[in-house]
Amino acid sequence: MTDIVADTGTASSAAMLPADWRDFLALTKPRVMTLVVFTGLCGMLAAPHAINPVLGFTAILCIALGAGAAAALNQWYEADLDALMERTAKRPLPAGRMERQSALHFGVGLGVFSVLLMGLAVNTLSAAILTVSILFYVLVYTVWLKRRTPQNIVIGGAAGAFPPLIGWAAATGHVELMPALLFALVFLWTPPHFWALSLFVRTDYARAGVPMLPVVAGLRHTRLQVLLYTLPMVAVAVAPWPLKLAGSIYGVTATALSMVFFALAVRVALNTETDQATMKPERQLFAFSILYLFVLFGALVVDRLVFA
Amino acid sequence: MMPSEEAEIRRRQKARAIVMGAALGGLVILFYAISIAKML
Repeated sequence: MTDIVADTGTASSAAMLPADWRDFLALTKPRVMTLVVFTGLCGMLAAPHAINPVLGFTAILCIALGAGAAAALNQWYEADLDALMERTAKRPLPAGRMERQSALHFGVGLGVFSVLLMGLAVNTLSAAILTVSILFYVLVYTVWLKRRTPQNIVIGGAAGAFPPLIGWAAATGHVELMPALLFALVFLWTPPHFWALSLFVRTDYARAGVPMLPVVAGLRHTRLQVLLYTLPMVAVAVAPWPLKLAGSIYGVTATALSMVFFALAVRVALNTETDQATMKPERQLFAFSILYLFVLFGALVVDRLVFA
Repeated sequence: MMPSEEAEIRRRQKARAIVMGAALGGLVILFYAISIAKML
């Protein structure tokens, strides 16, 4: 890692300086990684077979490294877009604190290492799913969909839905209905979560030319879509309880949280505000959606520990 | 190159070397633990 920062107009004082290690850490999007690691860990802990703690730790480490690799490659490919958006302009590449090639090498190296370690230390299935998740995020979402269609985060959301599946596969060596439901839950959760965000940062996306739904189809249509995607998400969230795949702790928590999520989605659908600065229902739904996923997966683990 | 810039380069190189060393040390411990776990 002997990269030297490219000479840019905005970073002349940083020219010739090697990138700081914190910039490499920032490339991995640590905040996004926390949710990925948490859902992966919960998928592992909710599995019926206990995994050796060392191998379990290794599997979670691989999920984290794989997510970090995908994030680094995403930022390598999207450096031009990130420079145009206020929310992302301070990232290491658009801010001129790192060479693009360093980000590419870092991302590829981290991704290959995570998959190899998962395959050698844990099992082939979890390594295969990890590979698919990295490639899906980088090739399908970042390269193919993001700049081409407003459905980018609907299909691309699958990339973020893999961790609980990987965690389960790491513990059991196979995949069944429950981890598939967890996959579907995160998959269906992604559109309302992301569209709530994109409603109040849409000018950023418009400036960068990213065809997010509010930019392409307008506010009213996006708000309706938030509500429509919430319905199957709620159904999938509650489903493990009647299907007897989870107990009452999870069932009651999922039902209560899903009712709040639905109520917030209705408020978003009914909102007519156009000023981004005062879009309170959208901001509330976005913030709650993160809490929703954390608490739901946490409840699943508690439920398993109590009823196991 | 100004002395202050050279000092900053050395500081960053040292910080990165420490982080890399810590990461490699961590991996050595992890691989040892994995080897033991696989034998059980």
